[in-house]
Amino acid sequence: MSGSQLSQARGSEALATDAADSAAKVPTIRLQQLLRSYGHGESEVIALNNIDFTVQKGEFVALMGPSGAGKSTCLNMLGCLDRPTNGHYFFQGVDVAYLSGEQRALLRRHFIGFVFQGFNLLNRTTALENVELPLIYRRVPTKERHRRAREALEKVGLSGREKHTPGELSGGQQQRVAIARAIVTDPALMLADEPTGNLDTAMSQEILRLLTQLNQDQGLTIVMVTHEADIAAIAQREVHFLDGRIATDTTRGAQSE
Amino acid sequence: MILNAILLAFRALRRNVMRSLLTMLGIVIGVAAVITVATLGAGASDSITSQVSSLGDKLLFITPSAEERGPQSGSAIRPFTRRDSDALESNIFGIDDVSPTVSKQVTTVYGNSNWSTSVTGITAEYFPVRNANVIRGNDFSEQQYQSGRLTCILGKTVREELFGAVDAVGSTIRIGIATCQVIGELESKGQAGPGSDQDNIVLAPLRAVQIRLIGNENITAIAASVNSGASNSEIRLEIEELMRERRNIRETDVDDFRVLDPAEIAGVLEDVTGILTLFLSAIAGVSLLVGGIGIMNIMLVSVTERTREIGIRLAIGALGKEVLTQFLVESVILTTLGGCIGIFFGLTGSYAGALYMGFDFTIDPNIVMGAFAFSALVGVVFGYVPARRAARLDPIEALRHE
Ligand SMILES: Nc1ncnc2c1ncn2[C@@H]1O[C@H](COP(=O)(O)OP(=O)(O)O)[C@@H](O)[C@H]1O
Ligand SMILES: [Mg+2]
Repeated sequence: MSGSQLSQARGSEALATDAADSAAKVPTIRLQQLLRSYGHGESEVIALNNIDFTVQKGEFVALMGPSGAGKSTCLNMLGCLDRPTNGHYFFQGVDVAYLSGEQRALLRRHFIGFVFQGFNLLNRTTALENVELPLIYRRVPTKERHRRAREALEKVGLSGREKHTPGELSGGQQQRVAIARAIVTDPALMLADEPTGNLDTAMSQEILRLLTQLNQDQGLTIVMVTHEADIAAIAQREVHFLDGRIATDTTRGAQSE
Repeated sequence: MILNAILLAFRALRRNVMRSLLTMLGIVIGVAAVITVATLGAGASDSITSQVSSLGDKLLFITPSAEERGPQSGSAIRPFTRRDSDALESNIFGIDDVSPTVSKQVTTVYGNSNWSTSVTGITAEYFPVRNANVIRGNDFSEQQYQSGRLTCILGKTVREELFGAVDAVGSTIRIGIATCQVIGELESKGQAGPGSDQDNIVLAPLRAVQIRLIGNENITAIAASVNSGASNSEIRLEIEELMRERRNIRETDVDDFRVLDPAEIAGVLEDVTGILTLFLSAIAGVSLLVGGIGIMNIMLVSVTERTREIGIRLAIGALGKEVLTQFLVESVILTTLGGCIGIFFGLTGSYAGALYMGFDFTIDPNIVMGAFAFSALVGVVFGYVPARRAARLDPIEALRHE
C-alpha cells in the first residue's frame, strides 16, 4: 500500500519534471480561489478568503501581515499540512488540495522542507541524527544518509558540530540544523514560519543570509512568514495579508523594471 | 519498514534511558516472579519424587502414636517390641523384610570434636529395607548383632564433623557415656529437603543400643518392605488388623499406632505442590499483567510528552502507520528487554532458592521461552493503544503543543 503511494508520489515528481521541461513555466505553487474556514454558522472564522496566489520556481517570498491575518494558515496549506475548505492548490501543476492524509504525508516527505519558529529539533539527539530524520523516512541507505546529512550540515556552516545535541548549540546554530534538515532532501519548496522569531538581531541576520544564499546559489524556492519589515526586505517579493485576504503583492525586481 | 521502525525506536529509547528503564521495571519484576515460582515449584516436586524413589515405593513405616483419646488411657505412648516385628514378618505373607529400629538423641565425641546426632539401633534387615550401603569398612557381623557390644557405622556428616577428611574406620568414639568402635561408613544419601540431612546418622546393633544406651527392649519404629506382587494399601490394612489384635484395641477405640505409606504421602505432597505452584504462578502472572498496564500507562504519558516530536515526524513526512509501528516497536523492545532481564533475575533467584532449600536446580526451557514470548506479547498488546494515539495526532495541532 505504502509502496504504491510512494510510486504514485514519485510518479507525480516525474510528471512535474516532465511538465517543467515541456512547458518551462509551470509554477511551483498556484492557489486558486482557496478558502479555509474554521467552525460553522455564527462562530465561523474565515482564515483564508478566496485567495489567488502563485509562486514561481526559484522565488523567495515573504508573507507579512498582522497577527491573525492568515499567514500561518496559508503556510500550512502550502505545506500540505492542512486541507482547504474550498478552492484549489496546484503544486507543480498537480491539484493536491484534496489528497488523503497519507498522500499528503508522502508529498511533504518528497517535495517540501519545513523550518519553524521554535526550531523543532528532537532534543537529546545529535545534529547529524536530526538532519538524517527525513532521509530515514525516505529509506535512504545508511551510508548515503550519513553523507547527505554531513553535506547539508556543511552547507549551513556547521561542519564539526555533527555530534552536538540541540542543548549544546546556540539558538542560531539550532535553526541552522533545522534548515539543514529541511534542505537535506533537496526539496522543491522550503517553508519557513517566522524562522528568526526566537533569535536576536545578529543571529537573525545570520539565518537570513543563509536563506538568501540557498535561494540564490541553489535556486531553492522559499516562502517565509515574518512580521518584521527589514526581514521581509531580504526577499524579492513581499505579500501582505489582511483579514484572510492578500492586500498587497510587490516584487522588487518588477518595480525596478 | 520494520527495519526503519527499529532504527527510529532505538534512537527514541536512547534519548530517555531513565524513562525506558522505569517502563521496563514492571515487566522485569513480573517475569522474575513467574520464573522463580515456576522453577522452584518444579524443583520442589522433583525433590519429593526423588526422596520417594530413594526410599523405594514399596515401603511402610509403623510407629506407635498417642492418638488414643479414651478416658482410661493416658497420653503415654505404647512402644513396640521385637515380638511385634517378628509377628509382622511371620504372619503377613506380602511382607518381604521387617526392620525394627530404636532411636535416641545423643552427643558423639571424638578427640576435641563433639557432634549432636541420633543413634539408631538396627537389625541386619535395615540395609535391604532402607536401601542403605556401607562404602567403607564393614557391615555388622551376626556376632556383633547378638553380643550387645556397642559398635557403630557412621553417616558421612557425622564422620566429617568428628574426623574431618580422615577415615574413621577402626577409631573409637564416645556415644553418650559409652565407648564405641567405628567399623564402617555409610554411602551418602544427601539432603532430603530443607534441614533434613539423611547423612547425619549413626547406626549400631539394635540389642547393643537397647542395653547400653536406652536400658529397655522397646522398638520405636518398624519399617516393612512390601513384596512387589502385593499392594501397599492391602498390606497396610493387614498390618493394622494384626497390630490392633496384638495391642488389644477394642472395636470402638482408635488405633494407638500409625502405618505410613511414603509413596502415598509423596503423591499427596506432589499434588499440593502442584496446586501451590499453579496458584503462585497465577499471582506472579497477575503481576506481569500489572507490569503490562504500567507500560501502557507510561507509554500514554510519553505520547503526550512527545506530542511535539510526533508533530515534527508527521510534518517531515512520516505516515501515521510509520509512527504507529515505531511506538509499537519501542514498546516491544522495552518489554522483551525487560523480559530478558527478568529471566536473568528469575533464574538467579531460583538458583539461590534451590541452593538454600536443597532442591536440584534445573532450567526449564519451556518456562523461559514462555516468559520471553509472553513479555513480547505484553509489549504488542499494551503498546497498541498508546501507539495508535500517537499515529492519529494531527501534525498542526501536535506542532503547536506546549
Ligand atoms: N485551529 C484553528 N481553529 C480555529 N480558528 C483558527 C485555527 N487556526 C487559526 N485560526 C484562526 O484563523 C485566523 C488566522 O490565523 P493564523 O493563520 O494563525 O494567523 P497569523 O499566522 O497570520 O497570525 C485567526 O483568526 C485564527 O484565530
Ligand atoms: Mg502565525
